[in-house]
Amino acid sequence: MPMMMLKGNESTAYAAKLARVKVVPAYPITPSTVFPEKVSELIANGEMDAEFLPVESEHSALSAAIGAAATGVRTMTATASQGLAFMNEILYIASGMRLPIVMAIGNRALAAPVNIWADQQDTMMVRDSGWIHFYAETNQEALDLTIIAFKVSENENVLLPALMGMDAFVLTHTMEPVNVPEQKDVDAFLGEKEINYPVLDPSKPATFGAFVFPEHYMEFRYSQYIAMEHAKKVIDDAFEQFNKIFGRGYSKVSGFQVEDADILFITMGSMTGTARETVRKLREEGEKVGLVKITVFRPFPKDEIIEITKNAKVIAVVDRNISPGFAGAIFTEVAASFTNVKNRPKIIDFILGLGGRDIRVENYEEIYKRSKKAMRGKFEEVQWIDVDEESVKEVEGSL
Amino acid sequence: MKITKGVVISEPGSTALEETGSWRTFRPEIRYEKCIRCMICWNYCPEPAIEKKPGEEYPVANQKLIKMPVPVINYQYCKGCGICVNECPTKAIDFVREEK
Amino acid sequence: MNYEDMEFFAPGHRACAGCAAPIIVKWVLKLAGPNTIVVNATGCLEVFSTPYPHSAWRLPWIHVAFENASATASGIEAALKAMGKKEGTNIIVFGGDGGTSDIGIQSLSGMAERGHDVLYVLYDNEAYMNTGIQRSSSTPFGAWTTTSQVGPSKPLGKEEFKKPIADIMAAHKIPYVATANPAFLPDFKAKVQKALSIKGPKFIHTISSCTTGWRHDPSKTIEIMRLATETGIFPLWEIENGDFGHRKITYMPKQRKPVEEYLKPQGRFRHLFSEPEKIKEIQKMVDDWWAQYEHPQ
Ligand SMILES: Cc1ncc(C[n+]2csc(CCOP(=O)(O)OP(=O)(O)O)c2C)c(N)n1
Ligand code: SF4
Ligand code: SF4
Ligand code: SF4
Ligand SMILES: [Mg+2]
Repeated sequence: MPMMMLKGNESTAYAAKLARVKVVPAYPITPSTVFPEKVSELIANGEMDAEFLPVESEHSALSAAIGAAATGVRTMTATASQGLAFMNEILYIASGMRLPIVMAIGNRALAAPVNIWADQQDTMMVRDSGWIHFYAETNQEALDLTIIAFKVSENENVLLPALMGMDAFVLTHTMEPVNVPEQKDVDAFLGEKEINYPVLDPSKPATFGAFVFPEHYMEFRYSQYIAMEHAKKVIDDAFEQFNKIFGRGYSKVSGFQVEDADILFITMGSMTGTARETVRKLREEGEKVGLVKITVFRPFPKDEIIEITKNAKVIAVVDRNISPGFAGAIFTEVAASFTNVKNRPKIIDFILGLGGRDIRVENYEEIYKRSKKAMRGKFEEVQWIDVDEESVKEVEGSL
Repeated sequence: MKITKGVVISEPGSTALEETGSWRTFRPEIRYEKCIRCMICWNYCPEPAIEKKPGEEYPVANQKLIKMPVPVINYQYCKGCGICVNECPTKAIDFVREEK
Repeated sequence: MNYEDMEFFAPGHRACAGCAAPIIVKWVLKLAGPNTIVVNATGCLEVFSTPYPHSAWRLPWIHVAFENASATASGIEAALKAMGKKEGTNIIVFGGDGGTSDIGIQSLSGMAERGHDVLYVLYDNEAYMNTGIQRSSSTPFGAWTTTSQVGPSKPLGKEEFKKPIADIMAAHKIPYVATANPAFLPDFKAKVQKALSIKGPKFIHTISSCTTGWRHDPSKTIEIMRLATETGIFPLWEIENGDFGHRKITYMPKQRKPVEEYLKPQGRFRHLFSEPEKIKEIQKMVDDWWAQYEHPQ
């Protein structure tokens, strides 16, 4: 298997090629633009056999993807931030129509103010859209998880679209060594694209996207819910099979130094690397700290999180997003996971790294310090890290 | 009540199982002896509730037309819009109030 | 093969009695035949033809949303190409005036510019009918709708002109653009057939009376649409490859009827009859159009 130096966007483009994607409708937006550029280049060079549709908007990109998927071909697109927001209406339609579309996201802040850097607000915004969510820590993961996304999406018990998030610039634009799988291995993993859902075919006319009354609507929503529940096991199986063929293991959540840890960071995406480095450093100093990384955010790995954090006293959730009026999205999910659990740990939300602000070892050390204090006493549920509170106070007043 | 994955309807044209004839307040009735079998009514019925049938068995305005198909109204679907009545060039379609 | 005796659009749908949209659809499909995939924008047609679990469509049909039928069709075309199945398969979009001239104009323009092999049929009932008769950019000057209400301060109804969507599409220099009227059926059929024989994006703007929104007796649907063309308000023409110099008028009324004859039977124009100078203005607009295009250079 060849090692290549690839940006995150190139990794997902190679994943599209290796998955033998047939239609790629896409629209440029920083930090995703390299994806359509790379696909266009791979097609131009004769390395990839697909139709590239340079559509006039993200809304149309996903609409064209629906058209293509409903006609029965594998299809993939990519976007970020404003583009994902613009697609919002169609995201729900793709999942409601049960079409296995895969989309790579360069996780980026939402305007206003305009900002093109790393932030997970965009995909948290579409949490409820019925898409499966994967998040990559590295470009290797970006490639692998994109291929795995097809496997899961197309499973007949699932048939839901999937997105694969990677942080803006930190992954999308940074070169990393990536082990690019052999075509024959990806073919073996994904199998022949077998159409296991009805498609637009004149020899078998069917109606897609009908008008549904209250007497049926709820059953459709329920079946979507069930499909997402099925995805839990299908994802585990896909990870296992991937590991067998490629020798790289994944799981919905993965722990680092969790066994005896009193305090656990929960992270998602590229921020995990720095968290791991911090854990190593603090461990050397004798601190009982560990780390849990979320790779799959929808379906939410609730049971896995409860299990892996069972010895912890404090969970420090790191949220690179904020829902004004409450807290960060991962905190909300983690806290809700413990609703009916006795002896639950303290759970604190730390908001940081918004709009591409670097997430540094010192930030995690600060989080650790505050969490340790919280272990013994009162604490604020939502805490902002590395933010200039004074300057905000000047314009907004204090609470 | 039957749910399909992805809301797909795989029986094409199944609205034909429905009955829209009950919408009618007026009922078109073709008087075949005045009908010149021009099929204008068939062209314009929006349902479509007018079918093209072999014409030998029907009264005919002119024996020369006997081999031509005739329009036959399917009252399961006819909503009584009156387009056929209005467009018929020979006024061969009566429009009578439905008895309910 | 001639499929004119086949019905690809089934009865039992829920269009209002006398709606013109199904007449347009059934004829387009008869001419297209079975090797066809239909895309529908949100609107009356989509809603009345697919009351789950039933569907009036005997051809593969898809509805995704209001503004993206053209993008969906683009994706279908790309998929058929990728599978090597495009040859011989028609892709036909039906969109209302809202889904075409307003919210869908971006995706329509994109599809046209990219050159997809798709026939787009606009059924223009001149308002957002599905949501209850709100004005669109395609609503004509002087028409009452629920968002261009008539009252002492607003005696006119809609104060703006109808967007010339077919001209806009012709400006894309796509191979074929036409206006068509089911009341002129041979012309209508010829245009659909011609469009289907051409590769690339085609656009046909059809007039589609709405008995509910235009406020006329349902039996008058065809009659009123006929008057739209006989008065010259809805002229029938075609333009190929954006060649505006050769706009071909396909129906030349010997003597155009006065616009009143079209306006009078429609409740949406009733208020105009107490504003006779507005009717004159409409007549002048029509006369100006014909003065400009009647004798192409
Ligand atoms: C994004 C979006 N905005 C608004 C609507 C509500 N809506 C549904 S149909 C419709 C009007 C359709 O008008 P038109 O395209 O002219 O078709 P018609 O119903 O008149 O045939 C509107 C406003 C919608 N479905 N989606
Ligand atoms: S329009 Fe009148 S004359 Fe022509 S076929 Fe129908 S009923 Fe007969
Ligand atoms: S009244 Fe209307 S629906 Fe009934 S047959 Fe005549 S045209 Fe068709
Ligand atoms: S409201 Fe108008 S366009 Fe809609 S179904 Fe009724 S007649 Fe047709
Ligand atoms: Mg309309």
